Amino acid sequence: MMNLELLRKLWKRRRVDFILLIIGVIIVVATLLVAIFAPWIAPYNPYVSVDDALLPPGPKHPMGTDNLGRDVYSRAIYGTRTVIFVVLISTVVSLVVGTVLGLISGYFGGSIDRVLSMIMDSIYAFPGLILAIAVAAMLGPGVVNTMISISVVYIPTYFRMIRGQVLTVKSQLYVEAAVALGATNKIIILKYILPNVLPIIPVVFSMNVADAVLTEAGLSFLGLGVPAPLPDWGFDLKNGQRNLLAGYWWISTFPGILIVILAIGFSLLSEGLNELFNPSRRW
Amino acid sequence: MVSLKVYIITRLLMTIPMILILLTLVFFIMRILPGDPVLAIVGMKASPEQIERIRHELGLDKDWLHQYIDYITMVFSGNLGNSMIWGRRPVINEIWDRFPATLELSIGGFIVSVILGLLTGVFSSIKQGTKTDVGLRLFSIIAYSLFIPLLGMIFQLIFGVYLRLFPVAGRKSPLISITWYTGLYTIDSLLSGSILGFFDAIWHLILPSLTLGIVLSGVYTRLVRSSMLDVLAEDFIRALRARGIPENSVLFKHALKNAFIPILTMMGLQFALLLAGAVLTETTFSWPGVGTFLMERIEYRDYTTVQGTIVFYAFLVALVSLIVDIIYAYIDPRIRY
Repeated sequence: MMNLELLRKLWKRRRVDFILLIIGVIIVVATLLVAIFAPWIAPYNPYVSVDDALLPPGPKHPMGTDNLGRDVYSRAIYGTRTVIFVVLISTVVSLVVGTVLGLISGYFGGSIDRVLSMIMDSIYAFPGLILAIAVAAMLGPGVVNTMISISVVYIPTYFRMIRGQVLTVKSQLYVEAAVALGATNKIIILKYILPNVLPIIPVVFSMNVADAVLTEAGLSFLGLGVPAPLPDWGFDLKNGQRNLLAGYWWISTFPGILIVILAIGFSLLSEGLNELFNPSRRW
Repeated sequence: MVSLKVYIITRLLMTIPMILILLTLVFFIMRILPGDPVLAIVGMKASPEQIERIRHELGLDKDWLHQYIDYITMVFSGNLGNSMIWGRRPVINEIWDRFPATLELSIGGFIVSVILGLLTGVFSSIKQGTKTDVGLRLFSIIAYSLFIPLLGMIFQLIFGVYLRLFPVAGRKSPLISITWYTGLYTIDSLLSGSILGFFDAIWHLILPSLTLGIVLSGVYTRLVRSSMLDVLAEDFIRALRARGIPENSVLFKHALKNAFIPILTMMGLQFALLLAGAVLTETTFSWPGVGTFLMERIEYRDYTTVQGTIVFYAFLVALVSLIVDIIYAYIDPRIRY
């Protein structure tokens, strides 16, 4: 009941934010559903040639066929699985590692904090995609390797955010009180600090996923992502590039547009959450 | 408050740990992560002697600590090793041959993003709360969610294939010859007195710069807007308006100038995005810069060149953040704690 009331208030007072949030939620949920039910939605097998090569979009193939006669639509449907799987696992890994390191660094301070902060700031300043390229080039192609390359890039994002938050919370009176009452470090971190730090995570996480979608697509586009013939938007976009200038636009543009829509979906989600629940940092 | 000179020296010293950390990171990625560079270079069929020889040549037969010390000494003496293919030129020379192309593209993209960001940002701050504001907000969200290769390909299709207005690849037309002075074709053509060459270089720069610039402009829109709103709420703006200063002068001369410091900081941070975006833009437009070079050498498994290029990027990032901080301190003396 409380939530309904809150939603009604938001609809009245911040309608634009609310609409943007809803659009974001719809895009994200729809993509998740497509990823889950891909085999039931896709009309053809994404791995094999099902018709003549380079057919334009038409009733039989809504997005046409590629240079090998594979159905672009079916590959796009299955491609949601690849991007969601790779991106969500990598960002969750970054989230966990970054949060743990950020908690340790912020809470204990001292030389651990100085060293960790310096390392994380240096990685943060380095261009993310180029770091991912370096790691992926050395590890070689593969789904797990792609995940590792992406997650390395985003650890500092969480580290910096969590560390900053811990420093703020740590100086609060109730934490001081807990220390005075003899609470152990473990209890203070888990019971007092972590719960105060968690609320900002969804905003940063969905922003981060939006970015990671583009990094994953970038790696695949550069030939360093998941190995062929796995359906993947970035890879299929690259695959269509060689026929693009001859006018076969559909092989590249459809996967490309899906990449952008998904990134927009997560950006809107992040922005909506931020505007609604963190009113101090508004558009 | 310290003098600018002292600040610059302190800041310079602070750059050293950053570079060391990045170099160590590169070392870790290149040497310690699984994947044998030697096997990758010679292939599985190589004889054990051959493998041993290359391993020795690269210094990979020493222990990690020695390798690390060798590597750091080499990098700081300005030597990034020799390329492993095609004439085995020093990596640093290979990079310097490509860097002007990347620099020219980055400057183009930067100019587009700043102009677009300033216009959209200032405009939405004046129109705060209106439909225009919502529209520009959507523009900013969509712009930074755009995938560079997709935008590039759409431009190539529309302006290159269908309208035939702009070239879709390369830095200049084959028939135009430009003498190499700086490597920046726009400047070299003027230095060699070729107006045609200048316009040819600009003509080739337009689509790649727009692609890179539009994607990066979204962040500026947002930042310029919020920065402008903060300044516009201040008393001196009301005073200016009360004195009947024309609104355009209030906005662009007084408000924007004061809104500039956060924007400048952002420009420094944006540099990393600019470099990463340049890799994708270069690959999309077959632009012969450091990005395409890196990708080409990864494909040929030219291990030393890949390592050298990443190290080059690390130095570039450190250098730019240093320069931005110094400019920042020069403009706003409060920074020099």
